Amino acid sequence: MATQTEHVAASPVPEAITSRAAKPRRTLSLAWIWPYLFILPFLLVFVTFFVAPFVYDIIQSFYAEKHAGGLGLSPPKVVWVGLDNYVQALHDPGLWDGFWRVFVFGIVQIPVMMVLALLIALLMDSVVIRFRSFFRLAAFVPYAVPGVVAAILWGFFYTPGISPISQAFRSAQLTPPDFLGPSTILWSIANISTWVYLGYNMLIFFAAMQAIPQELYEAARIDGLTEVGIARHIKIPMIFPAMRLGLLFSIIGSIQLFNEPRILENISGAINEHFTPNIFAYNIAYIQSNYYYGGAIAALIGFITFVFSFAFMTLTQGKKRG
Amino acid sequence: MATIPADLPNVPTEQSGGDRRQVLIGYKAWAPKNMVGYVFLIGMTIYFLTPLYWLFIASSKDNTDLFASFGLWFANFKLLDNLTQLFTYEGGIYLRWILNTVLYAVVGGAASTFIAMMAGYALAKLRFLGNRLLFAMVLGAALVPLTTLAVPIYLVESKIPGLTHTYWAVLLPTLLSPFGVFLARIYATASISDDLIAAARVDGASEFRIFWSVALPILVPGMITIFLFQFVAIWNNFFLPLVVLSDPTLFPVNLGLATWSFDPAAHELLNNIIVTGSFVAVLPVAVLFLFLQRYWRAGLSLGSVTG
Repeated sequence: MATQTEHVAASPVPEAITSRAAKPRRTLSLAWIWPYLFILPFLLVFVTFFVAPFVYDIIQSFYAEKHAGGLGLSPPKVVWVGLDNYVQALHDPGLWDGFWRVFVFGIVQIPVMMVLALLIALLMDSVVIRFRSFFRLAAFVPYAVPGVVAAILWGFFYTPGISPISQAFRSAQLTPPDFLGPSTILWSIANISTWVYLGYNMLIFFAAMQAIPQELYEAARIDGLTEVGIARHIKIPMIFPAMRLGLLFSIIGSIQLFNEPRILENISGAINEHFTPNIFAYNIAYIQSNYYYGGAIAALIGFITFVFSFAFMTLTQGKKRG
Repeated sequence: MATIPADLPNVPTEQSGGDRRQVLIGYKAWAPKNMVGYVFLIGMTIYFLTPLYWLFIASSKDNTDLFASFGLWFANFKLLDNLTQLFTYEGGIYLRWILNTVLYAVVGGAASTFIAMMAGYALAKLRFLGNRLLFAMVLGAALVPLTTLAVPIYLVESKIPGLTHTYWAVLLPTLLSPFGVFLARIYATASISDDLIAAARVDGASEFRIFWSVALPILVPGMITIFLFQFVAIWNNFFLPLVVLSDPTLFPVNLGLATWSFDPAAHELLNNIIVTGSFVAVLPVAVLFLFLQRYWRAGLSLGSVTG
């Protein structure tokens, strides 16, 4: 932001365009309107599909459908209930079950994926490994597979009759593992997320490593640092901002988990209607058409996602550049 | 990229795909101590590629062989039969889904890229009241994924008569790309010089003319990166179409394949179509990815270094 102001101040540009403090003789010029025309399309979309849905969602969350008569024979009326929906949600074991599950998911899946991504990125950036571009492509290709298709694809790997893994176990006279049972299904989903997003994170780390000035390496080598030492003391600290970004997106993605469990629900009885918070919101708002309670749950999910993102960004602040 | 220092005379350089790196004497690519790295990379590569390899093999099998034959090798080669079945099933609706997806991803991606370029250019190069506030909002919104917005958007759209269950219901929300604006601002700041804009103004060009004829051509690589990000986001979009569409003729291929796999009665009979349909859906995007890989790296490094 600072550089931008300097640019404007330094540029020999007619002031009516770049400066709000136009000289009096230019007050009739309409040039000031241009920047607003440039941002207008974005603002329209932003207000319509970001601000309005959030505001409307929160308004809805303060209402509920109530039957006037005790028997429920009279048509339901929509009445203001204040924070009742939120109180109900906070006492709803279904919602907390979902939050707890995505928390456990994130605590395990994110570190595993990030460590693997970092190791591959370090090897990709190392001068001693051959066929780097092939390995890099192989890691990145799963990211081209849409999440839903990835879930369907891995679903076949988890289905006993068709899975090549189960085939291998059977041919070795072993009992194939149950990928879809209550104790394993979460990790089967974690595997799908890891498979899709590992290469994406690897590429973020790799791109950040490529941006490290070569002079640092030369200095380190003259100081007698080994390749492993360079990785530990230069590369990992230098790519900290990139790791922070990758971690942030992974935390958000974990809390928002929806596609994979929604697809696997079809073949696994272990996925219930409150498996993840978003699955719960979908079932309340869409399947049960309870817009009001669903609105409160969606707002809570958004709020908790924000709290976790904000907490993460605050806790990792100031550690930039190691 | 740094030049080779003069005090290290015997440093050869390795050139591969424009990636010019220094190789120091004493490092051998096949040294035993590097073998751990190779074993790890080969193991990971097997993990990444086996499911896709299986998908290719499986799309050549009929429903009997899918269950009866060894999964990682061909049985009776029925790829053409499967493709015929896939493209004629339910009156050829699969082709319709592919075309819908292309429509959503290409039109939505292109339109949102253009909207993001205009806003990002204005944020980077034009001074106006609310510039900082708008940028702060863009940053905040970039952290909110489309999934969070699916239920709220559904609530709003279901109140607008005639919007849900149309192409617009999916297309319009995908025009929003705060991350695209964020990237566009970075690209415009980095690659458009103020002198260039000033010169164009002296020549009497209008602000839009400057954006269109001077700035945009310079920003083409950035535009491709932003388009790719949004294209993939829309191609992956599942939650939103799931809740705002009910007419199967409007489905993107994601949702179409999912509904086939949701149908428990037909599931057993449809396995070969679902497998072949997944294969066909993956292929074009995977190819597009491989060819445009450098734009990904450009986008990711800028986004992560600055973010």
